[in-house]
Order: sequence, then C-alpha cells, then structure tokens
Amino acid sequence: MDFELNEEQQLMLEEVKKVCSEKIAPQAEQVEKEGRFPRETLMLLASMDLFGLVIPEEYGGLDMGFLTWSVIAEEISKACATTGLSFGANILCIYPIMAFGNEEQKKKYLTRLAKDSIGAFGLTEPGAGSDAGSVKTQAVKKNGKYYLTGRKIFITNGGEADVYVIIASTDPSRGARGLSAFIVEKDAPGFTIGQHFDKMGFRGLPNVELVLEDCEIPEENLLRREGAGFKVAMETFAAGRIGVGIGALGVAQRALEEAVKYSRERVQFEKPISSFQAVQHLLADMATEIEAARLLLYKAAWLKDQGKPFEKVASMGKYYASRVAMDSTVKAVQIFGGYGYTTDYPVERLMREAKLFEIIEGTSEIQKNIIALKVLKEYK
Amino acid sequence: MNIIVCIKQVPDTEHLHEVSINPENNTLNRTGIPSIINPFDSNAVEEALRIKEKLGGKVTVITMGPPQAENALRETLAMGADEAILLSDIKLAGSDTLATSVALTRAIEVIGDYDLILFGKQAIDGDTAQVGPEVSELLAIPLITYARRIEILDGKIKVERVLEEGYEVLEAGLPCAVTVTKEINEPRFASMRGILKARKQEILHWNLEKLRLKEEEVGLKGSPTQVIRIFSPPPRPRGEIIEGENTEEKVAGLLAKLKSHRII
Repeated sequence: MDFELNEEQQLMLEEVKKVCSEKIAPQAEQVEKEGRFPRETLMLLASMDLFGLVIPEEYGGLDMGFLTWSVIAEEISKACATTGLSFGANILCIYPIMAFGNEEQKKKYLTRLAKDSIGAFGLTEPGAGSDAGSVKTQAVKKNGKYYLTGRKIFITNGGEADVYVIIASTDPSRGARGLSAFIVEKDAPGFTIGQHFDKMGFRGLPNVELVLEDCEIPEENLLRREGAGFKVAMETFAAGRIGVGIGALGVAQRALEEAVKYSRERVQFEKPISSFQAVQHLLADMATEIEAARLLLYKAAWLKDQGKPFEKVASMGKYYASRVAMDSTVKAVQIFGGYGYTTDYPVERLMREAKLFEIIEGTSEIQKNIIALKVLKEYK
Repeated sequence: MNIIVCIKQVPDTEHLHEVSINPENNTLNRTGIPSIINPFDSNAVEEALRIKEKLGGKVTVITMGPPQAENALRETLAMGADEAILLSDIKLAGSDTLATSVALTRAIEVIGDYDLILFGKQAIDGDTAQVGPEVSELLAIPLITYARRIEILDGKIKVERVLEEGYEVLEAGLPCAVTVTKEINEPRFASMRGILKARKQEILHWNLEKLRLKEEEVGLKGSPTQVIRIFSPPPRPRGEIIEGENTEEKVAGLLAKLKSHRII
C-alpha cells in the first residue's frame, strides 16, 4: 500500500495546478454567468496532451490510467466544474471505443480524441434514463449502412462534440439485448442538435437534445456487434462514474477551501469565525468526508487500472462523492452566511453545481441499487 | 537556427516577503522559498521555441547556479528545449553580473555554433539588466534590448524594441543577442508528454575545467562589484486620517497640515 503520488504524477499535477490557477479558475464565473462553453480552456488542456491521459500510446495517448486521470481531473473540476465535467464527459466517448472498438475504429477515433476532439455519449431519451433498456431510438440496416432515428436528451458536450457514441435499438423485440452502440460523427447526414436545456447550474455546459432523422452511419461504425449496446453502455457508465465522482470531489474540495479562507477572514464578535467551534466542526466534517470520498474514488480508479472488478467501488465513490459535494457546498454557504447566498462569492454556484452529481451518470438511487446487488451477491 | 537562451532561477515573487536578509554577510536567506524561472526568461525560452518551430534548429538553455537550478532547466526541457546546461561549480559562487557573464560567455563559446542568444530583459530579484548586454559585449556581437517582437529574415534579425513612449524597429546581422520583455509572448504550459520526456533527459553539468576558466576569473575573486550592505527599506508609516465633524472641517484640517509642512 502506498498513498503517495509518484514523481510523474506530481510533476504533471504541478503543471495542471498552474494552468488551473492561471487560466481555468479565473474564467469559471464568466462561463457560468454567460452560459458559455469553455472551449478555449478545453483546447488548452488538449494542447497539454491531457485529452489522451487514459488512451494507449499507440493511439497517441499517454496510457497513464484512471488514477492519474482522477488526480488531474479533480484539480480541473476544482478550478471550474464546467470545464471539469466536459473534460470528464470525453471519457464516456473514449472508453467505449477503447474497450469495444476494433483496431480500425481505435486508430481512427482514439487518435483524434487523444489530440483535441471532444467526445460525448448518448443513451438518455425522454423515456429512457435510469431504465436504460427502454431506448426507443432505432437503427435500421440498409445496403451496408445503418440509419438511426430517434431523440436523445441531456447529452453532455452535445453540439460541441466531434465524436459521439450513440445507443440505439437494432432489434426492439429483444429490449435491452437488442441495443447496439454506434460511433457517430457530428457531421453525419441526418444528425442535428435540438433543444438546449436551461439549467440550475453548469450553464456553460451543453446538455442538449440530439435529433436523429435517418441519420446515416457507415456499417463499420457499429461497436463490437449488434446487441452489445447494453453492455457497452453499462461498462461505459461504470468507468464514467469514476469521472463524475471526481467532478463532485473537485466541487466539494473547492467549497472546503473557500470556506476555510473565508472563515479566517470574516470577523464577528472581534474574532475570525474560524475560531468558533460551530464553524470548526463544519469544516472538520467537510474535510473528513472529502478525504473519504477521495479514497473511495482513488481505489475505484486503481482497481480499474489493475484490471480488477471496480464497478461496486466506482458506484460507492460516485454515490458518496456526490453526496459529500452536496453536503459540503451547503455547509460552505452556511459558513459564508448572507454573503454565501449572493453571486459575489462562488459558493452558491458550487451548491447549484453539486446537485447535478446526484442525478447524472446514474442517480444516487441507481448507485445504491448497484451496490446492494453486488453486496447481496458477495456475502451470500 | 541555433538559439541559446540564458536563464536564471529566482525566488518566487509571491513568497518574496518571506525572504530575509542576513546582515552578517549581506546575503539573502532563501531557505524554504520556492524558486521559479525568472519570468522574463520564460518569455525568452518561449520565443526561442517559436522561432525554432518556424525555422527549425535547436534550442539550448544555459543557467549558472546551484544544483537545484536543474529544476528550472528541466522546466524548459518540458516546454520543448532540446538541451540544457548547468554551469555549476562551488568556485562560481558569489559571482557578480560581470563574472556571471564571463562564465556564460565561455559556455556559449564552448557550444560554439549559435545564431541567436536570448535573455529576459532583467531578473526580478537583482533587477540589474546587465548580464545580456555584458555577454554580447564579451562575445563582440550586436545587442538589442527590450524586444517586444522578433522576426528573422534572410540571415538578419528585425526587432521591435520597447521605448518609454512607443517602440523602435531595429535590424541586425546574426549572430545577435536580444533581451526580451514580457509583451513579446505568453509562455506556454508544458505538455504532459514534454514533462515525462524532460524527466528522463540528461542535463549537462559544466564546471570551471570544462569552461577552461581560472578560479580568479569568476566567483567572488572575479567580481569587481561587491555588496557592502543589503537592507530592507523601512516600512512606510501608516497614513493619518484627518478627523472632523464635517467635510469643511476635514478640508481645513488637511490644508493646515499641508501648510505646516510647507507643501503648499
């Protein structure tokens, strides 16, 4: 057991901290207020080779694994949760191609995603969220091509992404077993962006509707085989949960740091409020829970990198980190008092952002279902 | 284009207030203060890399300093420099700007093949702005200071040089020495691939023997200037707030004060 970052990770983290404090954190407020997609900061991260962190070297990546990715992504999310979550959503496109793609698909798409292409993943539909098997989008094969028709909603990075992995049904009679996964490029004929959703937070992050009308996909863009879509989706979600959990962790850590700073500066009854036990105990709870969440997520990432079963711990990490993000940001707003409720300080934004993590990439309730299922099997 | 960039490792300005002075020997106590590449020198490295990316060639970075100055050099390798040389020898300690310039000049002569030598306009610790000019003098090559733009065309260099009100455009033959301002560019962040590569790259260590320098040419003995005293300026006293019932009274109070000090 070793809890120390290795030298490579430390050096990389140092540079990422620099770019976060100089370039990413300063624009976070604007991204939120103007609802602007942080493309420039993402491209800056891409120019530093960060898009390819988990991608194998033969496809232009660094093959550093999910643990290193986690260490770095927390820092990005802490600086700007929107940039962090968009960066994290790339994984949802990278991972299925890495895990299920054939050599041609990997060569063609992973090299682009390792460089500077933005990725997205589309399963959710108006009628299919937690119940992932009820996808209605259909894929029909005609003359060596697939034609996709249907609507996807809440697609993170939608409209900004260059490459999408889309889940559609090739055999509606088989339900979840009839689902298939396709690689769809943004300029595929019949592929358009529909409604933009106005959200409580993450206003700079597009979560849009994708409209597929006889969207034409070459046959070779099918991942694995027809009917493998549900497995692709479930494994992608499992890996994605580490990413989303790390996003939540970044928000929670930011809330803690802001709260500590403010409580040392804010004077009441002639003392900084950090000297009051009531405030100290809030900080202590935040710090303790954040540390625990981080360890869960690091363990999930480590298991994944070792090629060991990681799904249970990833669900635990995502479930716990998003709860900790919610609790910590609420506590931070409380410590800030009236100022915390204003948009002059970042904690109200963090609180709005935190809520999303309990919903996306499998709600907290779905995570508990997964964990319970695994536990019931494990100890019978 | 073979470009040599001379850099200096300096204490991080964000921690400058933590630097204390040792009145015994007039040196700065920098223990525990993080070091960074002198910011203007980062601009010089960036400019060298941009010229190389456009015209091809090689970028060599040199610094003189203690062994930990390797970190600064490694950062420039991570940014994309090809080679890094550390002039490190206990006998170099205590060098003033001239002795430093002698050592750097000799290193540049040992490298031999160069078209352009870049420096930051000055170091943020000593603020002397002397090393660039001195090296160019010792090498007997043209010097252009305070560059905000560099263009290389047909074996010549065209530079926009910052003046107090505006800038002038100068041209010189190569090889040439140029000191750069921070307006010239925005230094890049190191790529992860660059960081991983730099970690394994060898940094050359050159001592006096390699530089073929005698002990008396550098270090304290080779330094015509000596620091006699170093001190912190006295802290500015707190301002006085002139009290009064109303604005008129306050203005009257202020006027009386100014008059009593013969300011008005």
